[in-house]
Amino acid sequence: MDALLLARIQFAANISFHILFPTITIALGWFLLYVKLRFNRSGDMAWMQVYRFWVKVFALSFGLGVVSGITMSFQFGTNWPGFMERVGNIAGPLLAYEVMTAFFLEALFLGIMLFGFDRVSNRVHTAATFLVAFGTTLSAFWILVLNSWMHTPQGYELRDGVVHATDWWAIIFNPSLPYRLAHMMVASFLTVSFLIAGVSALRWLWGDRSKGLLRAMRMGVYTAAALIPAQIVIGDLHGLNTLEHQPAKVAAMEANWETGPNVPLVLFALPDEETRENRFEIGVPNGASLILKHEADGVVPGLNDFVAEDGTALHPPVAPVFFSFRVMVGIGMLMLVTSWAVGYRMYRTGNPGLWGARALAAMTFSGWIATLAGWYVTEIGRQPWLVTGVLDTATAAADHPAPILGLSLALYLAIYGVLIVAYLGAIVHLARKASAGADVSLKPAGAMPVPAE
Amino acid sequence: MLDTLPLDDWLPLAFAALMGVSILIYVVLDGFDLGVGILSIDALPDERDVMIGSIGPFWDANETWLVLAVGLLLVAFPVAHGEILTALYLPTTLMLMGLILRGVAFEFRAKAPVERKRAWDLAFFAGSLLAALTQGYMLGVYVIGLDQSLSGILFGMLTAVCLAAGYAFIGSAWLIAKTEGGLQQQAATWARRLIWPLALGMVSISVASPLASPEIFDKWFRLPEMLLLAPIPLVTAGLFVLLVYLVREMPMGGDRLAWAPFAITSAIFVLGFVGLAYSFFPYVVPSQITIWEAASSRDALMIILVGALITLPVILGYTIFAYRVFGGKATALRYE
Repeated sequence: MDALLLARIQFAANISFHILFPTITIALGWFLLYVKLRFNRSGDMAWMQVYRFWVKVFALSFGLGVVSGITMSFQFGTNWPGFMERVGNIAGPLLAYEVMTAFFLEALFLGIMLFGFDRVSNRVHTAATFLVAFGTTLSAFWILVLNSWMHTPQGYELRDGVVHATDWWAIIFNPSLPYRLAHMMVASFLTVSFLIAGVSALRWLWGDRSKGLLRAMRMGVYTAAALIPAQIVIGDLHGLNTLEHQPAKVAAMEANWETGPNVPLVLFALPDEETRENRFEIGVPNGASLILKHEADGVVPGLNDFVAEDGTALHPPVAPVFFSFRVMVGIGMLMLVTSWAVGYRMYRTGNPGLWGARALAAMTFSGWIATLAGWYVTEIGRQPWLVTGVLDTATAAADHPAPILGLSLALYLAIYGVLIVAYLGAIVHLARKASAGADVSLKPAGAMPVPAE
Repeated sequence: MLDTLPLDDWLPLAFAALMGVSILIYVVLDGFDLGVGILSIDALPDERDVMIGSIGPFWDANETWLVLAVGLLLVAFPVAHGEILTALYLPTTLMLMGLILRGVAFEFRAKAPVERKRAWDLAFFAGSLLAALTQGYMLGVYVIGLDQSLSGILFGMLTAVCLAAGYAFIGSAWLIAKTEGGLQQQAATWARRLIWPLALGMVSISVASPLASPEIFDKWFRLPEMLLLAPIPLVTAGLFVLLVYLVREMPMGGDRLAWAPFAITSAIFVLGFVGLAYSFFPYVVPSQITIWEAASSRDALMIILVGALITLPVILGYTIFAYRVFGGKATALRYE
């Protein structure tokens, strides 16, 4: 395999692994704050039980996010030196601001949040919980500013091929930021809602009927039921914004080859870039025109508009974008049906029922799949550009010898494989332990040394 | 004085200083927690829980200084960043593997089923050791000008072992301060054993860097600079003698001076760092690229500098707060 492809696979593997954990910590921090505030107000130990269980999942996810994030920050330089050489004047300050405003904040107050309960007052502990949630969100903000700017760059000028900032407000509040930020935040809340509901449902199926468990499950299911319609609207607006700024990406999402009116909504097809047409296409007439232009005869751009004179494609690879998009939307629909059906049942009877609990348990990590699929749509959809119209991906890559890249890729994949298995195993183990009642001693911790868990 | 210097002159200087301070804070802070990780292999299970408990609330933030340092290098001196990290691609990758392993082992050892705890303890040790060794290797290769020949690699291996020992030493100094009873005794024993490889490391780097570069040799052994610089090696040597005496006496009755070995070791690290910084200034890639040649656009640097001047004092403030919250003797961690 050639070095560029290996470098791409390595970066894709790293970022796919990394994104799983911020996706959890961004929203879980706010869920924990909510639970803590409920505990403060009611003094009800059942809320404390919920906090104690989920704060461990938070710590686990945060740890994995930190270590994979450090890896990412090194890889910008080691694998993509062209990126920093060309757009470092903008990417650098944004990354530096993330570290300086958010990273230290999260890391230090997480220590207090996890281990400081008997060392600081309850109020300081609540404040630490807030600062951690705030820090993870701020972190996400800076990263998404950079990412959005790479999709829809503005506020810069080129001198000798190097990007220089001219207007920082324009750079930070670039056209796709509001949509991407909202979409990602809600994605994170949905992921965590289903995680909380799913793990709680699993414990419920094991026979755990504790008060806190049902409260957590309700919190997850109701949040999901409320947010999924909002996510559909935000996703639609995000799509319209992408159509305006990155039409080739939308064309790939729809697998639409020819620009024109009355474009069908392709439900299924096998896009073929050799023949530049779809095989086995099943579509809803005028569907894409209706969704994208809100008119049956709206003109929708096609992929054939993005081909160079010599025939090389200037649009992203079609099949991965097309299928990822369908996976994301499909899971979104499943989320809608599950959360509404189970939510209704819980509202009426107070419990999810056998099949409701099974459905929730099966959907525990559905948010991860949808989020990954969504990122593949947006990131693969940006190709061949790294920074739209400014820098293409091939130019940014380092020229490491392929064997070295292959070796480090193999090492990363092996470690990530072990870690993901261990992470899932640890969550199941924690859930079993909590349901077995090992966690119910709620005596305040004294000065006595306590055995580690 | 600054207003008489043009912006383009002092801005790279300010960033070199910021980066230097970040690296220094990293080496002291992550140094002790990597060191505790290395020592953890030699401890009883109960002691290991206390040892890991003593660094639990801090390791995350300690590692963030590395991210800041590398970030500043990347942002302020992109050319040098490419040059250094491309030359050190493999050790960097291995270091990241080490940091990943130990970072997750931290969480997993406390949460995985009991029968897996042993495996995660091993991963914690191995990751800590790997990170320390690769950092030492990179330091060695950097000191002799990114020399990748056989002698460069051998010297890198020597500094790798010495830096790992140095980290383990400051780790044991941390444990002398943060623990009591049998574990404190044990920490003192570790310190007595590790002080000599620490000395070997400092001496070999001090000897190798002037030998590897006539320019550095000239900077140190030329009058009157030689006299002005003399306090650095002399004070270091003095502190070292004091340290040898102290660790022999540790732990003292009534826990007297328990913090002294850690404080003195930190001071020695600072002096060593100042010495290195003086040797290499104004180069960011030894004898190849100066900080002014490597610096990126001044607008970008200005934006970051403003942010750094506002946020760094705040960061230092809550760092001190966090260390005070967890002051006193350590116990095994529990999650609340």
